[in-house]
Amino acid sequence: MISFELMVLAAALAGLMIASIARAFLGPTTPDRLVALDTTNTLVTAGLVVLGAAFKAVIYIDVAIVYAMLAFVSTLFISKYLEDKK
Amino acid sequence: MAILAIAFIFAFLFYLALTAGSGNLLFWSIEELVFGLVFAYLAAILSVRLFKAAGVKPSAKMLSPKRWLLFFVYLIGPFFLELTKANIDVAKRVVTKKIKPGIVKISPGLKTDFGTTLLANSITLTPGTLTVDINKKKELFVHWIWVESKHPKIEQVCSSFPKWIRRITE
Amino acid sequence: MIFVIYTLLTIGLLFQGLGVLALHRFPDVYTRLHGATKCTTFGSIFIYLAIILYGIQLVLEGQPQFGVLSVHTLIVLALLLATNPTGAHAIARSAYRSGVKPKNAVVDDLKGEMK
Repeated sequence: MISFELMVLAAALAGLMIASIARAFLGPTTPDRLVALDTTNTLVTAGLVVLGAAFKAVIYIDVAIVYAMLAFVSTLFISKYLEDKK
Repeated sequence: MAILAIAFIFAFLFYLALTAGSGNLLFWSIEELVFGLVFAYLAAILSVRLFKAAGVKPSAKMLSPKRWLLFFVYLIGPFFLELTKANIDVAKRVVTKKIKPGIVKISPGLKTDFGTTLLANSITLTPGTLTVDINKKKELFVHWIWVESKHPKIEQVCSSFPKWIRRITE
Repeated sequence: MIFVIYTLLTIGLLFQGLGVLALHRFPDVYTRLHGATKCTTFGSIFIYLAIILYGIQLVLEGQPQFGVLSVHTLIVLALLLATNPTGAHAIARSAYRSGVKPKNAVVDDLKGEMK
């Protein structure tokens, strides 16, 4: 019963992801795009956890853990690159 | 050596938390326990080397359970309260678009690196403030969305956080 | 229990929406970071708390294998609290050093420090 509502929530999160990616396309400066990317990553992690609960599959949440870590590393990496480039 | 042992224990505990429920030896299967020991040892060696290369001086202060308890009280008490306030504040600003931004300097005077990191992260998640940079004297540069004064007191920017963090880390 | 879960999920989704809205309504990088970091972290906390409660409820209903769901979600929550502000800090710093100045800033103490 609750799994249907959870899937609706995941769909809503997907809609928010699209809105946030729109900022990544529009963003006038590169840091703007990076902020949008970071927000999208947070939303994807939340979406994966919600889907894991909806399908009752713990493997989704393991994927979310790895995704969160890699997203963090990629954010730091791109920031470092921007900083050095000037 | 003691550092290696502590790193090993924490890495192993993290592995145990990740694989809980895999078998019937209490909660874990025997394969997971063996792999956990091997990987925790590898992770411990690597992290000790990384710490040495980065010049981090480890201290045993944070091992005392009293500090951990204080940390959790801080997380669910003042920190969560400020987080809620911050979000209602930002929600208002998103809707009304009333902003007066600026970057101000504060010197919290914390001694440890861990304490400064904790304060910077707390500031980022609380009302209208965002840490931008830090200098050698551990002074933080804070982007403030609604500047009240050009040379603010610490309480104006981050309420009672430095007091709590001093109690936790020093 | 189920009512609490729905409430937490709704609050979470609301704040996630606000975070994304902040991306489109604020004028420059720093103010956008304010909105995006705070609101998405807060929203995610509520969604994860709801999932943790859901896992506990499944265990109470007699499906003990889903305790793992709660434990892993707790790990994601701890990771999120540690990594999200750090990422925001890295972005703000790189933005300032790559030459993006805050728009309509009243005061800028960092300018003299950089050289």
